[in-house]
Amino acid sequence: MSLLLVALQSSPLDAVLWPLYLLLELWTDLLFWVAGVTGLELLQYRFMHRAILVGLCIGVMAPLIGTFLVHRQLALIGDALAHTAFAGVAVGLFLNGVLELGVSPYLTAVVVAMLSALLIELISEATDAYNDVSMAIVLSTGFALGTVLISINAGGLAVGINQFLFGNLSTVSMENAAILLVLFTVIVVTVAVTRNQLLYVTFDETAAAVSGLSVGWYNRIMVMLTALVVVGAMQIMGVILVAAMLVVPVAGAAQVSRSFSQSLLVSVVLAELAVLLGIGVSYYAGATAGGVIVLVAVAIYVVAVVVGKVQTAVGDETVAEVGHISAEDADPTSD
Amino acid sequence: MTNDGPVAELDGVSFGYTATPVVEDVSLRIDPGEYVAVVGPNGSGKSTLMRLLLGLVRPDSGQARLFGEPAHRFDDGARIGYVAQEASASKEMPITVREVVKMGRFPHVGFGRLSRDDARIVDRALETVGMAAFADRRVTQLSGGQRQRTFIARALASEADLLVLDEPTVGVDAESVAAFYDLLDSLHDTGITILLIEHDLRAVTDHAERVVCLNREVYFDGPTAAFVESDALARAFGTAMAVGGDAG
Repeated sequence: MSLLLVALQSSPLDAVLWPLYLLLELWTDLLFWVAGVTGLELLQYRFMHRAILVGLCIGVMAPLIGTFLVHRQLALIGDALAHTAFAGVAVGLFLNGVLELGVSPYLTAVVVAMLSALLIELISEATDAYNDVSMAIVLSTGFALGTVLISINAGGLAVGINQFLFGNLSTVSMENAAILLVLFTVIVVTVAVTRNQLLYVTFDETAAAVSGLSVGWYNRIMVMLTALVVVGAMQIMGVILVAAMLVVPVAGAAQVSRSFSQSLLVSVVLAELAVLLGIGVSYYAGATAGGVIVLVAVAIYVVAVVVGKVQTAVGDETVAEVGHISAEDADPTSD
Repeated sequence: MTNDGPVAELDGVSFGYTATPVVEDVSLRIDPGEYVAVVGPNGSGKSTLMRLLLGLVRPDSGQARLFGEPAHRFDDGARIGYVAQEASASKEMPITVREVVKMGRFPHVGFGRLSRDDARIVDRALETVGMAAFADRRVTQLSGGQRQRTFIARALASEADLLVLDEPTVGVDAESVAAFYDLLDSLHDTGITILLIEHDLRAVTDHAERVVCLNREVYFDGPTAAFVESDALARAFGTAMAVGGDAG
């Protein structure tokens, strides 16, 4: 109840997010209990509780979207959108610094990144350019806009921007953690509902179009979800490294998985492993979390490559052709 | 799923990606149960013709119809099975044969999940094309011929009335090509309409009932036997050429 009162007395955003603040309190209680049982020092701080929750969410949503991106050969789109998210943060900080609007830089990052995601698709469709061309244009524009806004008001902006560039465990606020939970829910629910369609469009775009799917719409959904992941993961990973979580665990999972369903599951497991190990190591080593998480993820990827090679060498990879085939005995169209 | 009228129809269709038309004033009608092959030199507009018929591009002039509806508005995608040379996904994508064939059921279930009946249809499609033993194998581990059979199984799983194949045997070894066309013959015997875009003239004349020879415009449209006797190929290619080799 006290949380509700505090939320109602503060910003409208807090009033909307207060049920999630309650959830975060429950999470904190749980981790305090775990800290009591295990004696783990890093679990004795509230900021670490929020950082771990955000990390766990990133570990699910990044590979979930990354799996579709990587196999569509759009691995670098995360990088492009991260640079536009940087511009979005700069817009937020600029509005706060110059116009004293008091908006969350994460929300402006969400808006700018989603618009940029649509712009990437729009450029590709309107100009018949390859996706990497439109990504490069949007990436450069985003970074240019960000640097220009920072240079206009370098004082407060330059200081504030560092945490977004490199990520920071200790600056994950209640508000940002709650916003991330919203993004997480949107992403997971959307992927769960449209999994069939996203898979079909990813695997065979023309066949998907022939089967009646609106490929353009699903492409737009995919890039907008990517924008949400990028902004969500930016808090801990930082703009520069955020794209790694979309790609590295998925690349590792592809080495050891036999099916698409398995690769989704394995990529999430690998990402969670990288996030939890990375947060732990960065806490005790006093290093930047984003960098450590990516290094752990790359180490896991290397192990996955070796395991994949061993699997291939040990397994029976020979494929015998089938001889005579006839449709006379079995006609699935008669069902 | 029967259709009394034509399965697919082009009526005076012209289309170009630029000002120069790729296909010009093409009229074509494919009736239920036909086995039609489209041949022509590289850049003759074969694949564009297919895209027009499937509603993937709209004609600059003329009309394209699928099952009686304007092709670009046709939304019963389950009635069409599509097989290309390759899927668009990265070659490393970990996906099994069964997962690919299940895609054939997606137009039927939409945002839902596949039922036991759907699973049975998938199993039967796998058996029909002789891929049941490879159902849990990664598609990347298959030979070219097996991959194409997998795509045909996907079309069968969708219970398609029209099977469209765009140069399906490119890069497939000769023995597998023969088995592949035997499979198409078997499927055609069950009543499926087949539209084949093909560069291999021997395969076309051995298996298709009707040939459309295209080079921007239609040079020949008729029974395969008449095509073999005609000079359409030489006129379409602009050079002396006889059936017995590759056209592409």
